[in-house]
Amino acid sequence: MISNKKVGEHHYRLTLKAPAIAGEAKPGQFIMLYLNKQDGVLLPRPFSIYLADKAKGEIVLLFEVRGCGTNILAKASEGSFFKVMGPLGRNFPNPSGQSLLLAGGMGIAPLVFLAASARVSMVMIYGAKTNQMLVCPPEDLINPMVSVIRVTEDGSFGEKGTCLDFLEQYLANTVEIYACGPMPMLSTVADLGKQHKIKAWLSLEERMACGIGACLGCVTATAGGYKRVCADGPVFPAEEVSFGE
Amino acid sequence: MSKKIEPNLSVNLAGIKLKTPIVAASGPFGYGREYNERSDFHYLGALTVKGVSLDPWQGNKPPRIAETTGGMLNAIGLQNPGLEYFLSEELPFLKKLDTRLIVNIIGRTIEEYSTVAGKLDQAPGIDGLEINISCPNVSCGGITLGTDPVLTAEVVGAVREKTILPILVKLSPNVTDITKIALAAEKAGADGISLINTVTGMLIDTKKKKPLLGNTFGGLSGPAVMPLALRMVWQVAETVNIPILGMGGINSADDALQFILAGARAVAIGTGIFYDPHLPVTILSGMRSYMIEGGYASLGQLEGAARKESY
Repeated sequence: MISNKKVGEHHYRLTLKAPAIAGEAKPGQFIMLYLNKQDGVLLPRPFSIYLADKAKGEIVLLFEVRGCGTNILAKASEGSFFKVMGPLGRNFPNPSGQSLLLAGGMGIAPLVFLAASARVSMVMIYGAKTNQMLVCPPEDLINPMVSVIRVTEDGSFGEKGTCLDFLEQYLANTVEIYACGPMPMLSTVADLGKQHKIKAWLSLEERMACGIGACLGCVTATAGGYKRVCADGPVFPAEEVSFGE
Repeated sequence: MSKKIEPNLSVNLAGIKLKTPIVAASGPFGYGREYNERSDFHYLGALTVKGVSLDPWQGNKPPRIAETTGGMLNAIGLQNPGLEYFLSEELPFLKKLDTRLIVNIIGRTIEEYSTVAGKLDQAPGIDGLEINISCPNVSCGGITLGTDPVLTAEVVGAVREKTILPILVKLSPNVTDITKIALAAEKAGADGISLINTVTGMLIDTKKKKPLLGNTFGGLSGPAVMPLALRMVWQVAETVNIPILGMGGINSADDALQFILAGARAVAIGTGIFYDPHLPVTILSGMRSYMIEGGYASLGQLEGAARKESY
């Protein structure tokens, strides 16, 4: 671990030296991070690759403390060692034209890497509940190809509303949508994509055990039956994902 | 100074000759492809593949897994692509692996078990079958058979009629007296006993005030269940004359040796592979060192050794 910076009340930006992963990683992929046995946590934890720097051989993760695994990780300090497996899963396809990126809360995590690598012009709408929850540091979103619009549900920063409230005005020029966030938000994105005939890609999250497609623990319902978020995803074409109970 | 001998860790499990006593348990390894790329199957005596049913099963609704203190719950629900797909798409790959192949079989009815067994009996490259009468996560078949000695005998007998392959029967710990089920399986023609499958349990999400797993109940595995599994292997070893494949939370060479000392012929690793893909190698080398230090030439010398000395 190179650094572990607190970026929000319960949020951290963690940099790891991992040259092999940094060299191969593509936006949308994830890693499995194995906590140390003495911490009393068994299963490795999946994290989106938030940024990867091939030249420095570093990868960056952005996470929120949600349970015992992330709690341990939040307390880990510079110089700690972790086993990490990756890059894993299917990445976002290369944006083929003007793209719209929608990040709801921690849904920002896989989209920053996509924005950082953008070679086509993009609009990113990044929404969170409050100003404090907009945890992604502005210096991580400096690609001139990407215009970033920050919004909050309580209006404490930017315009008031969710990222869904602002997307329709950008749809006219959009060729592709890339989204990550809570399932109700992704469900709406899928509907809008279908309505406007815009291809949408969704990055999903699920509890995982193996992370490589063997155990079938992390499935999500799709038009073609249950599919593995780790190996068939985490990025899925929106029209494949089945929402609702 | 006496010369150190290279110990023999190969064992004969119910007619299946294992080059090492470490077996991959059914489930976590799927059909072998994923871990073959990241772990070395060369160190495994056998790979037990995920349960195969006559028709494809879709499995349970997510969430399917959750971590617990010292273990994990799963309620996969035996999702699998069915027998035909297994034979045409998975078996050709599995045959090429440098390890023995045990196929775990599942069914909704006794007829389904016997049909699957009959078809697998005809397929070259399979070294043995493991009858799963212990999955806690399906509503018919599975555990409903494995908690009743009469039904256990019926399903084992029906499979026995259809195959000359060695048959292991995988038992559930969710019973009052596991020795009765083990005896019923032995009498009906089983060649070996695998135990334990997972222990039923659940978790509740306090934020949503709802069961955490989509299936409400799941099966507990991992280090938390190891002493319970060991006790059951001990009891079954006292009762039956067929070999035992011991499993349940094995996390180290010391754990594995405890199962052997309790009376298991070989051991299986399941949940451990999730947090340490190199666990089979680590366990094997630890067992080897233990044998060298103790001057044991073959693992058979240790089988049930703790039990014998207690008399």
